[in-house]
Amino acid sequence: MPEIVTDEVLWAAAATVPDPEMPPLTIADLGILRSVERRGDSVVVTITPTYSGCPAVDMIESGVIDAVVDAGVAVDRIRVERVLAPAWTTDWITDDGRRKLAESGISPPRTLADASGQPGSVSVTLSGRRRQPIGDISCPQCGSKTVTELSRFSSTACKSLYRCESCREPFDHVKEL
Amino acid sequence: MSPLLTYVLRHADDNLIVAQRLGELIASMPDLEEDIAVANVGLDHLGQARHFYDYASELDPDSRDEDQFAMERSEREFLNATLVEQPNGDFAQTQMRQFLLDAYQVPLYEAMTASDDARLAAISAKAVKEARYHLERSSAWVVRLGAGTPVSHEKISQAVEYLWPYAGDLFYADDVEEGLAASGVAVDPATVRPTFDATVADVFASANLSVPDDPYARMGGRTGFHTEHLGHLLPEMQSLYRAHPGATW
Ligand SMILES: [Zn+2]
Repeated sequence: MPEIVTDEVLWAAAATVPDPEMPPLTIADLGILRSVERRGDSVVVTITPTYSGCPAVDMIESGVIDAVVDAGVAVDRIRVERVLAPAWTTDWITDDGRRKLAESGISPPRTLADASGQPGSVSVTLSGRRRQPIGDISCPQCGSKTVTELSRFSSTACKSLYRCESCREPFDHVKEL
Repeated sequence: MSPLLTYVLRHADDNLIVAQRLGELIASMPDLEEDIAVANVGLDHLGQARHFYDYASELDPDSRDEDQFAMERSEREFLNATLVEQPNGDFAQTQMRQFLLDAYQVPLYEAMTASDDARLAAISAKAVKEARYHLERSSAWVVRLGAGTPVSHEKISQAVEYLWPYAGDLFYADDVEEGLAASGVAVDPATVRPTFDATVADVFASANLSVPDDPYARMGGRTGFHTEHLGHLLPEMQSLYRAHPGATW
């Protein structure tokens, strides 16, 4: 592989791949892209699915390969690995990702609290208690916190459907996971 | 088959078969939101099934892949509990089947995250988050139907009566579970039962439903002895694959 292809270039290339279900966001914004590393002659890109049944993983994988090829790596030197552990959590969505969600009219997920009620990063506690989100959901159009859940599931598995009671607009909310 | 492969297939098959049942309902639910919900819950189960089949593939001496496990086995080779193969029936029966499965899968997966088998721990750490979400939703429907109109109460009560013996099959254990539980790999279903019972008691109390006191359980699914319903489900699920084995598009 050409010397010019630095680790930063490789990460930046993989990080441009859009999420097929939420194209304004990249897989890096969503925390799906876990690592890009060199192993010997090869580049190994590690991704993690958002949901067990996420149908977008195959598309993401081919997108990653295309992007790394465009960065100058031969296709037979690229491997994409999928990992399940640690399990993906919405806490991994970056600030940039949250901003892009809101700009697309999608309410970003709230941060999850750990056992002590503080923001935490462990997705499943040993006691098995579900971690609770901190704060309120607000309408991405008008900012109102007077919102009603219409359906636990929406256009994709990772979203639920809400209605704003102030401006009456329906909107998608990314479920805390 | 090794005990671990058997164990993994039992859980893969639970998820595949319920996913197939939920898939039957797509485009025929009473409203759009429920239609999307049933598709998404089914998709979660299908994804969980695929993770278990991937692992089964690595454990299998014949290295069968996920399609071969799903599409080339016959009824006697499926190891799902008989609960999940029960027909959708009416809306109440569909939601009750889901609730009983969710009430079992949440504590099952929670316990499995502590498995000494890193692969099972990883699959279940992902699946438990989905199972909790499913349980919230199915519990809400059980309460709404049970505490709703006389008609909805009657229908959900009939669903309990019909499905309860099959729910017992979820707690079947033989030397597969017992041996693997002793070595810290599997979850002994008996350890899941108290949480299942508590969830059922809690939700049924809010739904004005009574927990059946008949301990009869229709066992057999975990060793391949199914009800007639699986024999109808499989041909529909497998016919395309069997007519065109290995086809891609
Ligand atoms: Zn609004």
